[in-house]
Amino acid sequence: MTDAPTSNNTGPDTDMEALKPHRSLWYDVWAQFRTHRGALAGAAVFALILLAVGVGPYLHTVDPTYLDYRSKNMDPNWAHPFGTDNLGRDMLAQVLAGGRVSLAVGFTAMGLSLLVGVLIGVLAGFFRWLDGPLMRLTDLFLALPLLPLLLVIIMLFRDTLRRAFGPETGIFLLIVFVIGITSWMQTARIVRGDVLALKEREFVLAARSIGTRERRVITRHILPNVLSPVMVSATLGLANAIITESALSFLGLGFPSDFPTWGRLLFDGKDFLTLTPSRVIWPGLAISLTVLSVNFMGDGLRDALDPRIRGR
Amino acid sequence: MFRYTIRRLLFAIPTLIAISFIIFALLDLAPGDPTANLPLTIDAKTREQIRISLGLGEPFHIRYIAWLNQFFVNEPLNIVEQWFGIEFSGSAERLRIRSWSTRSPVVDLIIERTPQTLWVVGMSYVVGILIAIPIGVISAYRQYSWIDQAGTLFSMIGFSVPTFFTGLVLIVIFSVNLQWLPMIYDTTHKVTDWSSFLFQVRQMAMPVMVLALFNAAQISRFMRSSMLDNLNQDYVRTARAKGMKEHVVVLVHVLRNSLIPVVTVIALGVPQIFGGAIITEQIFRVNGLGALLIGGIEAADIPLVQTLTFIFAVLIVGFNLIADLVYGILDPRIRYD
Repeated sequence: MTDAPTSNNTGPDTDMEALKPHRSLWYDVWAQFRTHRGALAGAAVFALILLAVGVGPYLHTVDPTYLDYRSKNMDPNWAHPFGTDNLGRDMLAQVLAGGRVSLAVGFTAMGLSLLVGVLIGVLAGFFRWLDGPLMRLTDLFLALPLLPLLLVIIMLFRDTLRRAFGPETGIFLLIVFVIGITSWMQTARIVRGDVLALKEREFVLAARSIGTRERRVITRHILPNVLSPVMVSATLGLANAIITESALSFLGLGFPSDFPTWGRLLFDGKDFLTLTPSRVIWPGLAISLTVLSVNFMGDGLRDALDPRIRGR
Repeated sequence: MFRYTIRRLLFAIPTLIAISFIIFALLDLAPGDPTANLPLTIDAKTREQIRISLGLGEPFHIRYIAWLNQFFVNEPLNIVEQWFGIEFSGSAERLRIRSWSTRSPVVDLIIERTPQTLWVVGMSYVVGILIAIPIGVISAYRQYSWIDQAGTLFSMIGFSVPTFFTGLVLIVIFSVNLQWLPMIYDTTHKVTDWSSFLFQVRQMAMPVMVLALFNAAQISRFMRSSMLDNLNQDYVRTARAKGMKEHVVVLVHVLRNSLIPVVTVIALGVPQIFGGAIITEQIFRVNGLGALLIGGIEAADIPLVQTLTFIFAVLIVGFNLIADLVYGILDPRIRYD
């Protein structure tokens, strides 16, 4: 794939090539990504959100759990830029703290779902005898009613995990686990399809013919080649995980209210719509902007990683 | 077509059995005691009797088979009896799945709640499709025009912004600030005359729009890409070469062929809509199936939750089957027999 000229090959074409700067795959991907305006805007907004959530609490140093009854239900003002809730807690601090949890859940659940999806996809694509059972399992998971099941699992195992790991870690582990374990199916299907095609290619045959072990073939030759579809499903997975966590919290079955996440803030704020509508606007806007920017990035990434679209 | 249908049906049965086992086992093996919420003054012996009266005395596999029997045999028989007014033998001692918290048959509760959900969900799906198809057709026909860009942005926003946020924003705008629409859906409202009909329309407007926007976003994307696939086909050129009017080419030839995959997407989307309705019903306090499920989960009403979750699974498997069959009917190339 490298276009770098070699010394023993001189001709008019390679002289032209030598004048151009060296191009790597990732440079090409970035060049294509830059032409997608939506994707660039998405990346900028997402970086801004990450920065705000990461650095924000050091600049806006109000404790999100500090109760100040005398300044409850306030509209946005200079001391409290997003207003306060019915217990006088500062909304900006809560949105920033909630963003940390929501994004942490999103990234961890996405990682877990990718891990399971890639593992099952590679195993099913590479080993013929595993293909049937693993794909039937995938079909079975796709036929499960996910939202009701997530709610049921959380209701049933919440108390046990709270006792085992403490209220916050327990519920975090539970939510990450259930989201990860119910969202790997699309990744597995895409990866399996790609592995099935890759397995028949000459470089895999070459690797096998020199006696490379199967494990080595997978890690060295198969995995790097399925990286692009995995990256696209990573963005979709992140968006999906953030929405699912917010939905669970919004139904009152996510994190407890002294441990804010964006979904939980919406759930708590929805009973005060007539009094302080800003309580639902800010966390909702944060969820929507994050998911929108991630989806736009995924859209741009899909175009950029597709060699048929990428201008060469 | 007959063999194709039979093959699909036979595939659905093991899937349903596996799902029913997963749901039953998950709820049954979970930690937690159904008598834990009862007053502490009840002694251990009475507690044991309560557990037995709830049907927990038998071992796991017996209860699973009994539940399957109740779900697949007893309840359908009851429904048949009610609809046609026939009596089968032994209908009095036929066991029914009973809710732990209300002690009434679960199926009766579900039948009571279904109309509200069907009205809101069905209406929103119809409205969503009616919005999506024109958007998809126009964006594909004028690809890369401003209207296509706007359609892309609309669908991107539609499936990125969660329904619980759009719902709350609509409430803030139309109920709190403008005070045009009621905030809470009144399920006891009866349509008797023109003004009560108008009230019904007003109270349905927001829940239906929230779900419809979400559906329209997804379906319009499929519609657009399916139209784009067809617009470059040879038969379109032939139709134009024959001198057919442009609107006949697009709206009769291309649209009809493009709708084939979209119809299956629409069928596949129906069960997801029921899932989405869980959230929408919670926002607008619609007293439907989603609210029943949430209530059951909060009250730890295991039989209710088991049955309702399994009904959602049956919907998914059933609509997958319908999508396959419809695709087979509309596109004979797909039938493989």
